[in-house]
Amino acid sequence: MAAAASPSSMESAPRIMRLVAECSRSRARAGELRLPHGPVATPVFMPVGTQATMKGITAEQLDALGCRICLGNTYHLGLRPGPELIQKAHGLHGFMNWPHNLLTDSGGFQMVSLVSLSEVTEEGVRFRSPYDGEETLLSPERSVEIQNALGSDIIMQLDDVVSSTVTGPRVEEAMFRSIRWLDRCIAAHRRPDQQNLFAIIQGGLDAHLRATCLEEMTKRDVPGFAIGGLSGGESKNQFWRMVALSTARLPRDKPRYLMGVGYATDLVVCVALGCDMFDCVFPTRTARFGSALVPTGNLQLKKKQYEKDFRPIDPECACPTCQTHSRAFLHVLLHSDNTAALHHLTVHNIAYQLQLMSAVRASIVEKRFPDFVRHFMGTMYGDPTLCPTWATEALASVGITLA
Amino acid sequence: MELLNLMLFSYQDLEESHRMKLSLTKVVNGCRLGKIKNLGKTGDRTMDVPGCLLYTKTGSAPHLTPHTLHNIHKVPAMAQLTLSSLAEHHEVLAEYKEGVGKFIGMPESLLYCSLHDPVSPCPAGYVTNKSVSVWGVGGRVEMTVSKFMAIQQALQPDWFQCLSDGEASCAEATSIKRARKSVDRSLLFLDNCLRLQEESEALQRSTIIGVIEGGDVMEERLRSARETAKRPVGGFLLDGFQGDPMTLETRLHLLSSVTAELPEDKPRLICSVSRPDEVLECIERGVDLFESFFPYQVTERGCALTFSFDYQPNPEETLLQQNGTQEEIKYVHQTKKIKTTGCNQEMTSFEINLKEKKYQGDFEPLVRGCSCYCCQNHTRAYIHHLLVTNELLAGVLLMMHNFEHYFGFFHSIREALKNDRLAQLKELIRRQAS
Repeated sequence: MAAAASPSSMESAPRIMRLVAECSRSRARAGELRLPHGPVATPVFMPVGTQATMKGITAEQLDALGCRICLGNTYHLGLRPGPELIQKAHGLHGFMNWPHNLLTDSGGFQMVSLVSLSEVTEEGVRFRSPYDGEETLLSPERSVEIQNALGSDIIMQLDDVVSSTVTGPRVEEAMFRSIRWLDRCIAAHRRPDQQNLFAIIQGGLDAHLRATCLEEMTKRDVPGFAIGGLSGGESKNQFWRMVALSTARLPRDKPRYLMGVGYATDLVVCVALGCDMFDCVFPTRTARFGSALVPTGNLQLKKKQYEKDFRPIDPECACPTCQTHSRAFLHVLLHSDNTAALHHLTVHNIAYQLQLMSAVRASIVEKRFPDFVRHFMGTMYGDPTLCPTWATEALASVGITLA
Repeated sequence: MELLNLMLFSYQDLEESHRMKLSLTKVVNGCRLGKIKNLGKTGDRTMDVPGCLLYTKTGSAPHLTPHTLHNIHKVPAMAQLTLSSLAEHHEVLAEYKEGVGKFIGMPESLLYCSLHDPVSPCPAGYVTNKSVSVWGVGGRVEMTVSKFMAIQQALQPDWFQCLSDGEASCAEATSIKRARKSVDRSLLFLDNCLRLQEESEALQRSTIIGVIEGGDVMEERLRSARETAKRPVGGFLLDGFQGDPMTLETRLHLLSSVTAELPEDKPRLICSVSRPDEVLECIERGVDLFESFFPYQVTERGCALTFSFDYQPNPEETLLQQNGTQEEIKYVHQTKKIKTTGCNQEMTSFEINLKEKKYQGDFEPLVRGCSCYCCQNHTRAYIHHLLVTNELLAGVLLMMHNFEHYFGFFHSIREALKNDRLAQLKELIRRQAS
């Protein structure tokens, strides 16, 4: 329930997170990450820049939106252009000329989700490159080696990722293997002073397995913890219970990174449950399909109903797209072959996510987070009581009622 | 009474100031250098000639938002819109009421509306005595004079190309009959458009650009020029001189004869000519304004403009550049034609192809010393990576560089003319053309 129930870490390693405020009802926290490329206010949403680019927007545009940390993908970058070239370019920061923070994942998730011919053994994940057919092994050591070359501020352990819809002994095997792989990653990490290695809690949807994983991994001296293996095909009901279980047992003074979560409602609820960091391709991906995120959901701007709508996407939004363009113009542009249309929406959707997190944080600092949640749900669903059941229950579990 | 006189005087002044004026500072070897003043709704904007117009697709610079467009130095004061991309939206624009400039988010820009998109010419055979067609995403939009003017009323551009018959130059060998028809029709369209403009309150601040047609028939070209010049148009569009480099050369003679018939104090635009070498040829034959679609075509084939327009470099640079230039030309002769989607153009020797493997580990900027956002922030290796991985940012960064490079080229033309160095610039460009 309250933050005080979470155990503090026993180690004496420096903390990268400073807590600025905590909600007295829920588990929500506002904080600040101290990272090599500058401070990052939490809770934070991290846009995903996969292949050393935030899709169609420049580093300058991303900086102007207030983004201070974004993601790169080890799997993709490890193949193209490869760690050696990136190292020559002064790391991923130098290669893409991004002055702020970067987080790279281990490559584990893509290996399993993208590559049909991948095989997991104790050694690592063996797979066939889709580009040149070459067979390679991504081991914990190799993943850390690549991430060391990339030079990202936060690196992720290689975990044995299993879909949340899988049941049976495979889940347990993956959980224990992830612990062993965490230890191998810690041992292989050459730059602990410049790069922060996070552990990833696994265990699927099994409370007992999760608890075991939490107990073991929190014994390791890592700067932060991610909650993995969720945001797949599982039901929201199971999802939030695993998140809540995890935050209850993760140390209070270290950041909690919930991987793959990015829908607005999910973000707000999971902040209430005690998470600090989030990433998701959704906002940037949906932009490229012509969908603009707004407090009431989304606008499918290619639809005819926006043809003569001369309002901006969101009159309250401060982003460059909303300052200059109308829905009607974006509608026209989206039906043309000018890629600028996609960039306008990418800018707006990232701004929406960052503005949302900013507002969440301010409400925590100003001690009105529960009211913020009620107002948010009211706007999104028409009435706070019309909020989805799972969210209502999740919020109730940490002391926030919507009625 | 005094107050009334004062007001009338100011009104007249305002009217005067709205009439744009082309002032030439010098004319040397047929090249005109000067400024067009009193442009825009408020009559206080200026444009340099020779110059180019910012190329747009559906009212937006390709790949660029206002933010990234603003990163580019020396963006032309006037942007080109195409009726082919906007005609089908005229109902929306009419309801919007505030003009296309504000609609597209470029309220500060001067706007010229051309009929067609120079990059994707439309199918021939659709011009009649009463109408011209353009092709949008939704298909063909047929425009009679009244529909055309209704659309312009909704757009309210600063300048617009008059409805015209440009098909005499489409086929291989134009018959005299077809050439004559293109002139007759275009003049008829012009007279009707001018008449409708007089009756339109909304179009009082817009300027009609008369279109010179006539195919490859000298007699018809001269007739078109003389007759169009008699009408109260604001400037002239030289249509139908485009084609492959061979075709343009044979038409250059025609071009000189045409511009000789045109009044000196009105701007001459040419459409569908944008290559650096062809631009210079046309300037020498009295053309003032060009479209800037060439940098866009270069961008679409994953290339970056690298040609030099520094006609008076320091001695060290000359040596470096000469060696560099020769290397590039040699390489280009060996490369095969690059098939590009939508553009179908062959790569020129004014550019490098960033998809080539040799750029994989090249940490130099696209062009050393270039002040554009891309060259100030990124490397050839990064652009190469973006192209290989099919990332959208490749188009954004290349467009920023290619536009900046191209606008810099036009700036150097004006400087060269000012300093009587055009011959050197022309020689430099000629050396780099394959």
